[in-house]
Amino acid sequence: MNTLSPARQSWNWKRPSVIPGFGLTLGFATVYLSLIILIPLAGLGWRSASLGWADFWRVASDPRIVAALRTSFWTSLVAASVNAVFGVIVAWVLVRYRFPGRRIIDAVVDLPFALPTAVAGIALTAIYAPTGWVGQLFAPFDIRIAYSPAGIVVALIFVGLPFVVRTVQPVMQEIDREIEEAAATLGANRYQTIFRVILPSLLPAVLTGFSLAFGRAIGEYGSVIFIAGNIPYVSEIAPLLIVIKLEEFSYPAATAIGSIMLVIAFVVLFAINLIQVWSRRKFGHAV
Amino acid sequence: MPSSANPLAAPRMRDPTTEGPLTRRVLLGIALIFLALVLLLPLVAVFAEALRNGIGTALLAVTDRDTLAAIRLTLLVAAISVPLNLVFGVAAAWAIAKFEFRGKAFLITLIDLPFSVSPVIAGLVYVLLFGASSVLGPYLSAQGFHVLFAVPGVVLATIFVTFPFVARELIPLMQAQGTGDEEAALSLGADGWQTFWHVTLPNIRWALLYGVLLCNARAMGEFGAVSVVSGRLRGETVTMPLQIEILYNEYSFVAAFAVASLLALLALVTLVLKSLLEWHYGHELAASNGRR
Repeated sequence: MNTLSPARQSWNWKRPSVIPGFGLTLGFATVYLSLIILIPLAGLGWRSASLGWADFWRVASDPRIVAALRTSFWTSLVAASVNAVFGVIVAWVLVRYRFPGRRIIDAVVDLPFALPTAVAGIALTAIYAPTGWVGQLFAPFDIRIAYSPAGIVVALIFVGLPFVVRTVQPVMQEIDREIEEAAATLGANRYQTIFRVILPSLLPAVLTGFSLAFGRAIGEYGSVIFIAGNIPYVSEIAPLLIVIKLEEFSYPAATAIGSIMLVIAFVVLFAINLIQVWSRRKFGHAV
Repeated sequence: MPSSANPLAAPRMRDPTTEGPLTRRVLLGIALIFLALVLLLPLVAVFAEALRNGIGTALLAVTDRDTLAAIRLTLLVAAISVPLNLVFGVAAAWAIAKFEFRGKAFLITLIDLPFSVSPVIAGLVYVLLFGASSVLGPYLSAQGFHVLFAVPGVVLATIFVTFPFVARELIPLMQAQGTGDEEAALSLGADGWQTFWHVTLPNIRWALLYGVLLCNARAMGEFGAVSVVSGRLRGETVTMPLQIEILYNEYSFVAAFAVASLLALLALVTLVLKSLLEWHYGHELAASNGRR
């Protein structure tokens, strides 16, 4: 901008512009953001702070809460790992192979974004229950999928899959084929090329997708509660325990679990940002 | 790979940047079976379970009085929350994409926050804000205005979880488009509103539609956040996803799946429209469609 009036130069937090509406749009956006998101979230932080450290710890160390947090954590970890592996295979097939129906399958990957979680929940339960289409294949071996932690993992795989595929896919599309040709000319076989050249360059995208899927999984509620069986200490997830505590009007317990989960969400966000920084430094671009 | 007719011809070399035919088939098979088990089977199951006793039973379940009330409420909630988030999305994207100011990256992070937070927490924060133990709740109730276990609470929770959809679709696109078109319009004498309606809006219309589509799908399907604040008063604060849960817990499975199939149809329509937008106007959508 070269048409600066001296008065406007004093605005050192915003570059002057001829385009109108900055105050109106930023003002409205900030007020709306504060009213809907920031003040209510700050309320949660304030309520959990006003519990006091001793009370907070007494509430949060309740064995049932610890068990629910542990269940949420490891089922999310397993589901995100499964999604990381299969998500990369799905993305690879969609990017590299040509087969009939590819575009439709590509579109179907987004189904978990569009299908309401309650619908997914009852549908997955119907399939993986002992009498369901898939569940009855496992029933003779005494393997339960629905109404056990395995069911939670199945539901979390469903909700998390598109995060991995949609994060890895664009990066895969950008891979320069010449690098693969160079590897082949230098005598690498295809597996060496994939595991030493292609996958390392996909690592930031895979880790980001994994973190997004994990973050979504740890907070997921609708699709899990139908299939989990919700047995305390076994297949009860942390978000469900918040709902149970609210229904019992034990607000301190709900607040404590809620703030722990909020902290986990922030840690995941922070991890994703670290991956971006690392990726930019190492590969010259964010994911 | 076509087999060579002449056995004396030199063996054809495989393209070094792809896998052998066997590996390709195995990978394709793994991907397709995985997608079928995880994604397609549930979708098919919804309709199969709904039509288990014929289409008549399913239709009867959908036209039940409480279910119709739930459908009406779901439409009402979406009709309020989607336009509000649309206006916010356009305003936020205008401020962020057309101007340079400090704290912009932080603002974008805050806008994305609802995607990182559990829907149950979205409900919880409003319970703490408007519940019986809060300052605000009892005061508003005394004025005859109920937020919790009433429609306003359901709307607020829905707005929370669908908050970023339009904004995050518009911000990267408008940042990529820059300010050249708007500056040209302004220098030709257009005022701010004219510039927005005749220059900016046509540039972003498909991305706007895309964001609204996703926002609406989530608004109509939200379960976790709404279930915390709703109180499940039949015919009053029960949305379609909650009605599914109520029917399911009453062992009215066919009815539950009948309502679920309506939402599944909505999801399919959303997916089809979304794909059409991507195929036809992909270049006019956000540059980074990867993360959402």
